[in-house]
Amino acid sequence: MSLKLEHVSYLYGTDTTLPVRALDDICLEIPDGQFIGLIGHTGSGKSTLVQHLNGLLEPSEGILSYNGRNIWEKDFPRKELRSKVGLVFQYPEHQLFEVDVFSDVCFGPKNLGLSKEETERRARRALELVGFPEEFYGQSPFELSGGQKRRVAIAGVLAMEPKILVLDEPTAGLDPRGRDEILGQIAHLKKETGISVVLVSHSMEDVANYVERIVVMSHGKILFDDVPRNVFGHVKELEAVGLAAPQVTYILHKLKESGFDVDTQATTIPEARDEILKAMKVEKTC
Amino acid sequence: MNIIETSHLSYDYIRHDEEGNVEGTTRAVSDVTLSVKPGQFIAILGHNGSGKSTLAKHINALLLPSEGTVFVDGMDTREEGHLWDVRQTAGMVFQNPDNQIIGQVVEEDVGFGPENMGVPTKEIWERVEESLKAVGMYAYRKYSPNKLSGGQKQRVSIAGVLAMHPKCIVLDEPTAMLDPNGRKEVIRAARALNEVEGVTILLITHYMEEVIHADTVLVMDEGRVVMQGTPREVFSRVEQLRQLRLDVPQVTLLAYELQKSGLPLPDGILTADELTAELTALREKQERKAKKEKACH
Repeated sequence: MSLKLEHVSYLYGTDTTLPVRALDDICLEIPDGQFIGLIGHTGSGKSTLVQHLNGLLEPSEGILSYNGRNIWEKDFPRKELRSKVGLVFQYPEHQLFEVDVFSDVCFGPKNLGLSKEETERRARRALELVGFPEEFYGQSPFELSGGQKRRVAIAGVLAMEPKILVLDEPTAGLDPRGRDEILGQIAHLKKETGISVVLVSHSMEDVANYVERIVVMSHGKILFDDVPRNVFGHVKELEAVGLAAPQVTYILHKLKESGFDVDTQATTIPEARDEILKAMKVEKTC
Repeated sequence: MNIIETSHLSYDYIRHDEEGNVEGTTRAVSDVTLSVKPGQFIAILGHNGSGKSTLAKHINALLLPSEGTVFVDGMDTREEGHLWDVRQTAGMVFQNPDNQIIGQVVEEDVGFGPENMGVPTKEIWERVEESLKAVGMYAYRKYSPNKLSGGQKQRVSIAGVLAMHPKCIVLDEPTAMLDPNGRKEVIRAARALNEVEGVTILLITHYMEEVIHADTVLVMDEGRVVMQGTPREVFSRVEQLRQLRLDVPQVTLLAYELQKSGLPLPDGILTADELTAELTALREKQERKAKKEKACH
């Protein structure tokens, strides 16, 4: 089970004199059960890439296949693909519309033509997975806090039971706790259901703390595709394309320059702490 | 005279039912007394729904107090006659740059404010030029705004406010939608305006790193100001901030974790340089001690 992009390119405005190559020869595979971070500066092609993943956009060149089948084949069930690859856009709470939380989450599976029992079972499970308290199921989604609204919106996509969940900046505008709660919940549901998660983010810290693989995009191409430690080792290259390493990485670089024996590849606070503690240990000489 | 002076400011959002009858009220800002001196850089932190934005909207009279008063540069915001002067004194920049840019060309967009104020044409162009230069966007004056990155657009929004010659700018989460570079650009522009032009800045943000250079940090919870102090004072209270759904800068958090693991570091370390200096001092001390012990044996 996987989604595979082979030499995918996408051009905007091919009917004009100035076509823009938003994706340029992308090769990427998303296997089952991986937590992937997708980073890149504004306009690097992240959103264009994401819209290819469930067939919202058709590649200008190259092939996108799901379980070995080209999704743009004539009789490929693309509607089904859209339930397998769930997209959660930025500020998904703007897409809430139903009278109460539960109906809103039911909307997706109901449209798949599922029975009432199955629809409700899925909605219940989705809301459970995002940690939404049951006593508020009957409440209007518009009376919830920002973080809660976002959970409901994510549950709406989860209720389709996707195999791959793509989240475009799910924590933008949330306070630090809200951010940790949403990301924690996503990590938890990934573990629980074994689905793959693609997290598009501008926060290097969030990416470093949660994902196991990072894809870096720049000018429509993939610049790096590796584990966080290795990707964030390329500090200069990341800065050159408008990104950065997590702040702890910079701190460790500073310490290293000042003569501390630390591994600059640590990307999270606990890793950095352990590195510093190790470096601070004075050799017992007697 | 203080540029912003609020006294026991409270604000209630009134909920209506379908017939338009009052259903109830929600107190978003509660008894806030605050004074800001000209040229200060104030940061406001607080979780979602803590009342930050509601407070900010009082400063240019988008909202008027339910109780208490707000004075902007000596003008009571409740007096209708002051409305335009208040808005000219205190400009606002919001989260989403796409909602704030209206012009087809960058320089036209920046000129929109002063034009509406009836500034003579020649002076409009002078103001547009100086504002764009102040935020480092002068080279893009002939561009179409939709060709710019998020950070650039947000700097054009700031220039648009700046062209109205405000004494104070309120920035409400101006970096929430930007990539790391865009965030840096916007914060740098805000700091430059504050330091070079002496514009009073109120910055609302969820990024703790952005406030370490502020003169004063205010922390809001349930509509009240619950903490107030220098960044160092505020960020020394890691556990209390966490209870308020907030965080501290990553460096501060790392120092705090090291402290918990037994390293004798001071509270409220704010920059990587400070941490490096402290650790270097600590290591030298340890080495001296080790040498001494060795000499004893």
